[in-house]
Amino acid sequence: MSVGIVSYGTYIPKFRIKVEDIAKVWGDNADILSAGLMVNEKSVPDLDEDTVTIAVEAARAAICRSSLDPSRIEAIYTGSESHPYAVKPTSTIVAEAVEATPEMTAADFEFACKAGSAGMQACMGLVQSDMADLGLAIGSDVSQGAPGDALEYTAAAGGAAYIIGNKEEEMVAIIEDTYSFTTDTPDFWRREGMPYPEHGGRFTGEPGYFKHVLGAAKGLMNKLGTSAEDYDYAIFHQPNGKFPSRVAKMLGFSKEKIAPGLVVTRLGNTYSGSCLMGIAATLDQAKPGDRIFATAFGSGAGADAFSFRVTDKIDKIRDKAPRVEELLANPVYMDYAMYAKHKGKIRRA
Amino acid sequence: MSVARFWRQQVQRYNLVGNHCRNCDEYYYPPRTTCPFCRRNGEMEEYKFSGKGELVTYTIIHSAVEGFEHQTPYVLGIVKLEEGPRLTSQIIAQPEDVNIGMKVRPVFRKLGESGDKGMLHYGTKFTPA
Repeated sequence: MSVGIVSYGTYIPKFRIKVEDIAKVWGDNADILSAGLMVNEKSVPDLDEDTVTIAVEAARAAICRSSLDPSRIEAIYTGSESHPYAVKPTSTIVAEAVEATPEMTAADFEFACKAGSAGMQACMGLVQSDMADLGLAIGSDVSQGAPGDALEYTAAAGGAAYIIGNKEEEMVAIIEDTYSFTTDTPDFWRREGMPYPEHGGRFTGEPGYFKHVLGAAKGLMNKLGTSAEDYDYAIFHQPNGKFPSRVAKMLGFSKEKIAPGLVVTRLGNTYSGSCLMGIAATLDQAKPGDRIFATAFGSGAGADAFSFRVTDKIDKIRDKAPRVEELLANPVYMDYAMYAKHKGKIRRA
Repeated sequence: MSVARFWRQQVQRYNLVGNHCRNCDEYYYPPRTTCPFCRRNGEMEEYKFSGKGELVTYTIIHSAVEGFEHQTPYVLGIVKLEEGPRLTSQIIAQPEDVNIGMKVRPVFRKLGESGDKGMLHYGTKFTPA
């Protein structure tokens, strides 16, 4: 039985802070940071936005784009490292808000930046085994970076939602296959009750990101007998612009093939939404017949690779919800003081 | 707000679910148990509003109640839905961008929270269309 993306939706808060405004506060060199990270600015949530509100807006955009009956969604998985409740699912709030309740299953996932893609794989299993008609997988985050930490320059807010189904006539992209590569690698973590994550500095690169992304990507291409030349576009998890650019080169993907999905330069790292946002930005401009390669990475650590083939249906539904470029347009910039207030780093006494 | 009180109202808050009287064609939000015009002759049915509407009037809150102090200044307005009902809602916009008569659309936002340990309340607010 085939499995594929029936629809997708995204949400990005309208506020942004520039790297130079963060660097000014901590005495860092903004030019060196921007050039090194390949990130110029990042999104910031509004005072009343969180992982739940972003997940709901992205899910509603996905449902609106396909005009499908939400009661057909029989599984919802929301991946995030910033669920607002420690105990109480984000996914049940999403399910109620999109009117998919009550005949369905739901759970929250957490796997650093790849909890959303893990949700996609879970949905694939359910619809492919005919246990569910449609599954909704969401990656949504309002991630925190400790004041002055390197993560503060990139930890952003946003989310993407994917409706996964098994009826080929409904799919905008067929998922040709998926492959995962997972080990116990302590490159990044946040202990229970702690407000900010810790990371292993340079350790996050080689044994973390590159080993796992390459492991999953090469594993999937070996499984399918494909190479970079067989794909029109590629997306890799984008904690910054440098890592996905380097891993794309190592795998033989040109700059042109990753350009549509490389939104991190204007958005920052949306964690569980990161790779999924890049896939959405690529679907926003892909043509029927195009093949798309994607690999999400989550610290801890693991990577999920996917191979997509875009169908004719993409042109029929693409413009029924905002494109990623529209959500990135016309941002409202804020200074560090307002950013600190929005992120709860400072509170009124 | 008590857990039970919010839970009873969450469907209407999440998705603007009110009702409609088939007898007199009036729409209600929040939902009413009986039509105040038709009384026993009323034929009430559940109705989900699209959320499209216009701003009837608004005020800018500079001195907020407990729990909203960090959001000042913010806009509180009365929105008239296309079907007729009016409701009070926070308007997500900079005060200088708001004007009477402007078209609005619904957005899903956090409405509040019961302290640091209590539940989080979500629902509908409005933003310029």
